[in-house]
Amino acid sequence: MRCGDFRTTYGADMAIFETSFARGCVGAFLLLLAIVPVFATTYWLDVVNRIAIAVIGAVGLNILTGFTGQISLGNAAFLAVGAYSTAAFSSRWNLPCLLVIPMSGLIAALIGMAFGIPSLRLKGLYLAMATLAAHFIVEFTAVHWEAVTGGVNGMSVPAARLFSLAFESDRSLFYLILPVAVLLVFFAKNLFRTKVGKAFIAIRDQDISAEVMGVNVFKHKLMSFAVSSFYVGVAGSLLAYQARIISPENFPLTVGIDYLGMIIIGGMGSILGSILGAIFITLLPELLRLLSGAAGGVFPGLVQLFASIKMGVFGLAIVLFLIFEPDGLAARWRTIKNYWKLYPFSY
Amino acid sequence: MEFFLQLVINGVVIGSIYALVALGFVIIYKASSILNFAQGELLVLGAYICLAITSSGHVPLPAAFVLTLLFAATLGVALERVILRPLIGEPLISVIMVTLGLSSILRAIVQGVWGTDTKPFPAVFPSDPVMVGPVPISRGYLWSVGCVAVLLLVFTSFFRHARAGIAMRATAFSQQVALSMGISVRRIFALSWSIAAVVSAIGGILLGSIRGGVDGSLAFIGLKVVPVAILGGLDSVQGAIVGGVVIGVLENLSGGYLDPILGGGVKEIAPFVALVLILMVKPYGLFGKVHIERV
Repeated sequence: MRCGDFRTTYGADMAIFETSFARGCVGAFLLLLAIVPVFATTYWLDVVNRIAIAVIGAVGLNILTGFTGQISLGNAAFLAVGAYSTAAFSSRWNLPCLLVIPMSGLIAALIGMAFGIPSLRLKGLYLAMATLAAHFIVEFTAVHWEAVTGGVNGMSVPAARLFSLAFESDRSLFYLILPVAVLLVFFAKNLFRTKVGKAFIAIRDQDISAEVMGVNVFKHKLMSFAVSSFYVGVAGSLLAYQARIISPENFPLTVGIDYLGMIIIGGMGSILGSILGAIFITLLPELLRLLSGAAGGVFPGLVQLFASIKMGVFGLAIVLFLIFEPDGLAARWRTIKNYWKLYPFSY
Repeated sequence: MEFFLQLVINGVVIGSIYALVALGFVIIYKASSILNFAQGELLVLGAYICLAITSSGHVPLPAAFVLTLLFAATLGVALERVILRPLIGEPLISVIMVTLGLSSILRAIVQGVWGTDTKPFPAVFPSDPVMVGPVPISRGYLWSVGCVAVLLLVFTSFFRHARAGIAMRATAFSQQVALSMGISVRRIFALSWSIAAVVSAIGGILLGSIRGGVDGSLAFIGLKVVPVAILGGLDSVQGAIVGGVVIGVLENLSGGYLDPILGGGVKEIAPFVALVLILMVKPYGLFGKVHIERV
């Protein structure tokens, strides 16, 4: 166990894992995850799959909002673009999923870049509103462009297929979703060790200084929109494979707000935060469901109230986190880790 | 022609209510630079509270109206004190998220207490229409336009002549200077939230009585006033009025003429298409103060 933070090389400063112990922990965690389907019930597998999808989306949004400082309220729209692309590619041309998923991500990235263009002139609040408008425009398109999207009835999505393999059950989907999630998380983690990722952070911290330092601000903002929407598009694609039926109702504005909630509660500008936030926000309704199911015997009216309780608790969680822990769960995790680092002589 | 006139008149009526809600939006933004995404929920809450007071029996409508406004004013102050004040000086995303969280809480309360079904709203105005030229207009419409006009006059003169109004403008201009002139910035924030809650409640009651019913979908107006406020300029009271009427007419006209071609729903989307265009061409709106900054 180490007790201090002594870095003597740039390499040590940039390392993803500070110690081999940390690397071992992450490796063990991944191994543990890989055998989850052996003992988890279908219900919990479904929850875990949704968490993994949420992690991808949250990491994507965090790249844009947490790391580049561009607020986006239109996340549900990019999710929808990814999901509808998947539905179109796989039902029309019957393509294998390893092709469909990145293609859906790319289409979402293109649309994301188109809506990122206003960031040439706008920032902060005004950009948030432009993305809000983007959401409603995409939603309108999904409802009314019936030839492609199936209108309000939505589309059915065939099971993800890879050669002769079909990912139909939650158990098999888990082995499709989890590797994608792990891959994308590591890509994001590495992105911020590169020039591009550092340029994103520079833009967030001070855009004028970034420009003076030779960062092409507009280009990098667009890149951030593209990478972020790619992630969200991939999440949408996996969502489509999981749900098997998609319609505009799956992507209301509140879904985008849920994702913002994830990165707020998890921690802005932190990959670990996106993961923790995604877990928190996805588990919250499940725990509430369990609780209200347990309390339903005592208060029979509780089950009808479930939807509003869920909404209220979500809002309350966001407000409380913003007031009491604005840096999110990631900061809490750091505090806890630092406490144990020097235990029992922590100060 | 008659169709056109009907659309324009409907547009002006709905636009005047947009103007009212946008006014609340603008007042909060002006005083504290907070974009309140919970404005729509405040509107729905106001309508339901008024409904609950009148339907409990004994209370006549005017008294219920006044009680609702009192409630809204108190609620506004409480929200500012409990939720917004701890976030002064936090980054923009936190402030946006906290109002989104607030809207989620308020929606949960409304749904939990009153359910999701449409509740009939008592008919406040007589139902026989007034003829203006060839076009029949319902009395509720005239009343709401009248109410909105009066309120807007009141607020314009409030900002111009009343002590508190001038203090609010000073705070909007610079909080530091306002503080050094002996203005309590906290009180100004509280005042702006209570005014915003009150105008939203009035908007909710008017809208409820025009439509004859209240349900959660009214909250969508809270998002529709975003284009209104942007078109007029986020920090301009006159802008909110002009923007409200323009957007109201625009959405009715585009809905009336484009719905048959595009298959419905144009009304809901037109303000947002306009929003994108305005943001591209003139981000500070018609009457907003232009901040020159590099982006």
